[in-house]
Amino acid sequence: MIRVNPKYIPLLATAVVLLAVFGTGSQLYPNFGTPRVLVNLLNDSAFVGVAAVGESFVILSGGIDLSVGSMVAFVGILIAKLLQVGCDPFVAMGIAVSVGTVSGAVMGCLIYFFDLPPFLVTLAGLFCLRGLGFVINPESIGIDHPFYSQVLPQLSILVAPKAVLPFTAMCFLASVIVGTLLASFTRFGRNVYAIGSNENSARLMGLPIGRTKITTYALAGCFSALGGVVATFYMQSGNPASFVGLELDAIASVVIGGTLLTGGVGFVPGTLMGVLILGLIQQIIIFNGTLNSWWTKIVIGALLLVFIVLQKLISHRGERGAIAGR
Amino acid sequence: MATPLLEIIGLTKGFPGVKALDAVDFALQPGEIHALMGENGAGKSTLIKVLTGVFPRDLGESRLEGQLIAPRSPGEAESLGISTVYQEVNLIPHLSVAENICLGRQPTCFGIIRWGAIARRARAALARLDLSLDVSRQLSSYSIAIQQLVAIARALDISAKLLILDEPTSSLDRMEVEELFKKLRKLRDGGLGIIFITHFLDQVYEISDSITVLRNGCRVGCFATKDLPRINLVSHMIGKAVQQVEALEQKRASTASIRSEAPILEARGLGRKGFLQPLDLDVRSGEVVGLAGLLGSGRTETARLLFGVDRPDQGTIRIGYQAVRFNSPRAAIRCGIALTPEDRKVAGIIPNLTVRENIVLALQASRGSWRRLPVAEQEKLADRFIHALDIKTPNREQVIRNLSGGNQQKVLLARWLATEPRLFVLDEPTRGIDVGAKAEVEKLIQSLRQEGLGVLFISSELEEVVRQSQRVVVLRDRRKVDELTEGEISAEAIMHSIATHNLERPAA
Amino acid sequence: MIDWISDLLFWIVFGSILFFLRGKRIFWTVGALGLLLLFNQFFTPGFFHIQLLDGHLYGSRIDVLNQGAKVMLLSLGMVLVIATGGVDLSVGAVMAIAAAVSSRLLVTEHQPAGVAIAIALVVSVLAGAWNGMLVAGFGIQPIVATLVLMVAGRGVAQLITEGQIINFLDPTMVYLGNGHLFGLPFTLTLVLLMLLLAFFLVRRTALGLFIESVGDNDEASRYSGINARQVKFLVYTFSGLCAGLAGLVACSNIKSADANNIGLYLELDAILAVVVGGTSLQGGRFYLIGAVVGGLFIQTLTTTLYARNVSSDISPVPKALVIIAVCLFQSESFRARLSRSVRPPGRILKPLASRTPQNLSTVTPHDSRES
Repeated sequence: MIRVNPKYIPLLATAVVLLAVFGTGSQLYPNFGTPRVLVNLLNDSAFVGVAAVGESFVILSGGIDLSVGSMVAFVGILIAKLLQVGCDPFVAMGIAVSVGTVSGAVMGCLIYFFDLPPFLVTLAGLFCLRGLGFVINPESIGIDHPFYSQVLPQLSILVAPKAVLPFTAMCFLASVIVGTLLASFTRFGRNVYAIGSNENSARLMGLPIGRTKITTYALAGCFSALGGVVATFYMQSGNPASFVGLELDAIASVVIGGTLLTGGVGFVPGTLMGVLILGLIQQIIIFNGTLNSWWTKIVIGALLLVFIVLQKLISHRGERGAIAGR
Repeated sequence: MATPLLEIIGLTKGFPGVKALDAVDFALQPGEIHALMGENGAGKSTLIKVLTGVFPRDLGESRLEGQLIAPRSPGEAESLGISTVYQEVNLIPHLSVAENICLGRQPTCFGIIRWGAIARRARAALARLDLSLDVSRQLSSYSIAIQQLVAIARALDISAKLLILDEPTSSLDRMEVEELFKKLRKLRDGGLGIIFITHFLDQVYEISDSITVLRNGCRVGCFATKDLPRINLVSHMIGKAVQQVEALEQKRASTASIRSEAPILEARGLGRKGFLQPLDLDVRSGEVVGLAGLLGSGRTETARLLFGVDRPDQGTIRIGYQAVRFNSPRAAIRCGIALTPEDRKVAGIIPNLTVRENIVLALQASRGSWRRLPVAEQEKLADRFIHALDIKTPNREQVIRNLSGGNQQKVLLARWLATEPRLFVLDEPTRGIDVGAKAEVEKLIQSLRQEGLGVLFISSELEEVVRQSQRVVVLRDRRKVDELTEGEISAEAIMHSIATHNLERPAA
Repeated sequence: MIDWISDLLFWIVFGSILFFLRGKRIFWTVGALGLLLLFNQFFTPGFFHIQLLDGHLYGSRIDVLNQGAKVMLLSLGMVLVIATGGVDLSVGAVMAIAAAVSSRLLVTEHQPAGVAIAIALVVSVLAGAWNGMLVAGFGIQPIVATLVLMVAGRGVAQLITEGQIINFLDPTMVYLGNGHLFGLPFTLTLVLLMLLLAFFLVRRTALGLFIESVGDNDEASRYSGINARQVKFLVYTFSGLCAGLAGLVACSNIKSADANNIGLYLELDAILAVVVGGTSLQGGRFYLIGAVVGGLFIQTLTTTLYARNVSSDISPVPKALVIIAVCLFQSESFRARLSRSVRPPGRILKPLASRTPQNLSTVTPHDSRES
């Protein structure tokens, strides 16, 4: 009997679910298991995925970020507008990402220095960014720039016959890799885990709580903004009204990916799997044709429930062996 | 004489309204295990926290190896060479052993963590304690004893001059304590200085070389362990010289027993692993049974087991003649038990509710959510108790957190009196209240006795226990060591029991 | 001529109410509402204009009452949940479910309105009970537990409506959200009825005391014999009921059930209403009327912006500022930094007569914040 390190159990569960969903899909629909479908999957979930990587860090630290969807929409319209007035695409993207990072940092500061609940602060961010998007432009703006129409399509790689990996998908995968490196190979990442697991102990161990927390939210803002950039690649437009509820998808991906909502446990590759699961479920439903899109929400909700209960059971067993005190 | 490893001179620290440390001196030699002891409010925790920079000091200085030091945070203290391991083993449960040892100081290469190096370093740190573990396993998968050793390994890895252990053995069993002590001795022999804060008398005599006793923020004295008889240690901690005890005993409550033969509480072999060793306890109607012992001896643990807050894993409880099993306080309350907990802030008062609401709370809870006590009745009830217990409050709608500690305690007593219990467990009812209020509480206990209630009275103040009780059960190190009946009860006798007794005679 | 008399009358009444409430916590909420209305009195022409048509009153203030009914209903349920220290994120989704169930029964199954409404309410109560079971029974964190229904609930609602937007014309259903009673919108009557129900539920029984007790100090409440599990279960169930009623009002407003959009983000408005109304997010003391007035405040804010031709798309921005302002006001660290002279010394709050502080076993953030 192989003994599994308990911290990997949720991740394994996610992997099992991923394989199960993929297997089901392949069984039901002959064209499901093709590289082309996979590549499309990565493309379609790219912007959610990038944002979800940032969300992972926030949730790992024991917080939550509700402003993700609004940020993606805001960045989209911002870039579209900047391009419209003749800005260079790289400058536009740079501005967008900076804005995202700064707004994340601001939220982090409010949360840390004033002990405000992350839920409410990022909720304010959600409202603020959503409104500001409309201030930039009340309607959607199509993107009509040579970079988007000519350069971008050429940045894709042929990975298999008939399967071209577009740039968006590459961004997604790159984010996951960067996120994993940050989380598992830097002191910052380990501090995030520590704070999420037991903030009081982390403080007593001398870890830099403030710096870490603010950086976490800034990072989430950065990734959300990057998600917005990727979304412009995908949609070729910016729309202030779009991506309502995206944060829920991101959070669901993170939780289904095996990360505890209370923090301290989870892996960024898990989030990748979570995003893929969400995407696959959607694909199955589309392939089916008769099942309707709302089943996606129901299945995701059910999966969430399963993982939440699973996490509760695991943490219960962990608590019995853990620190007792009086 | 060699330079002391640590020297503290005249350390003083005050908080609003309270002087936690008053010109305390302390000295520790290298290669010494030095126990720091004291009862509640003695200042042990504060001393450590000021030393390691958690709190800023008011006056005084500390020297490490002769050099003046003044760390402003635990992190700074660690880099100077002083590490603390707290009772709650403040580590990160979800991370691996290796990570916990190296957290915050991981070896890196251009910012990238070198995991191999971490594992090696962790193993080396554990080897100093003769410990060999799978360092990649999650910390929480190991027992508390091992987690504590990991915490010590981390402390040593950071700095290896002075190790402070704050109540390290509270959650360990006998064998684990021995293992820990073996390792501590090895570290001491290697030149490490160890400050060992504990309230377990037996352990102090087993492991420490010297003992410093604090009381009410002052240093009572520093003694070589082998030269200090246990009874003297106990008397230092309690603050009563053995000979003076007689003079301080006041008029004892009437010993004319009002007891009927009806037992209210009969506990046999009540215990819980790692929490309380099995003990027998009886309380009869009209009787006050005192539970005496030093801090941490198991008195509160006993109360919690009786009230259903914690579940015993062995033994039986009978209330009246009925065998009962409590899995929550509600069940205990239904059987007529009341408990005023030791820590009224955490488990007692509902801070933002009014005096009236706090008083009627338990009575209302026993009636359920739907049968509300009419407001007029609540007000009458509240007024009755405000008058009877002389609770000083502008009116009954005052928010309870604004009352003084003593009056808060009286409100808690009122809360339980309103439920008309059969057995009243009072855990440190007079802690933190003024002399006048104390006297009133004692009067109250006697009147309860007259009415036929059984009272289990837990207190750290020996004179109180002596004054109030018809029988005294003595606890030490989480087990019952003696039971004194009428005629045997005196502060001296209790202190002797705490110090030396080993339950030679059978429980009454 | 008539206009300014009625305005004066309004302000006299409002002023006396404010005066009557001085010293109470709700004073600030009503005051904030008053400021907003005052702003409109002077800077938004026509805001206070009231017309009497066909025996019904019309005007911006009436709009506020009508449109705000949904948030006010939600906040009645939400305030009790928050008072126990929890939160219910699923109320928007439950609204959608209630709308879907009632419309489906009405139109597709041809049931009478009474049956449709009753069953919709039962379903929403069950949804609330589901949340209650997860939180009280399984001990799952409220944010996490209610997130499940928040995500899945809309899917369930769409399942029930089969992806369609179901339109209906049934007079009873339409009356719910659009009708008038005594000249004022019927929704106002609904809100008052629910307020009365909530009042009897918590202030005329011991439940309110227990809710506040559990939210303020869960452990001490258990020590006192309170059945915290039962209390928590009940508040989530009640929240479900409120959400169901709000959902019925919502679909009645638009005479259709749009499972995608009904109640979208309304849970956030409800939480905000509760907080503006004086109840702390930590739990403990709660203010029923405060929550309702908080809902009024938010709706007035929205309507004010609309009346001043601020696009409804941009109106979330001021809402965001309000959230931050209220949070800061409630935050102890903020108030402490504001009055810099008084630094709260951690947990050492014992009065002079007592002995040394006992709760120094853990480090307080203010004392050991690394620089």
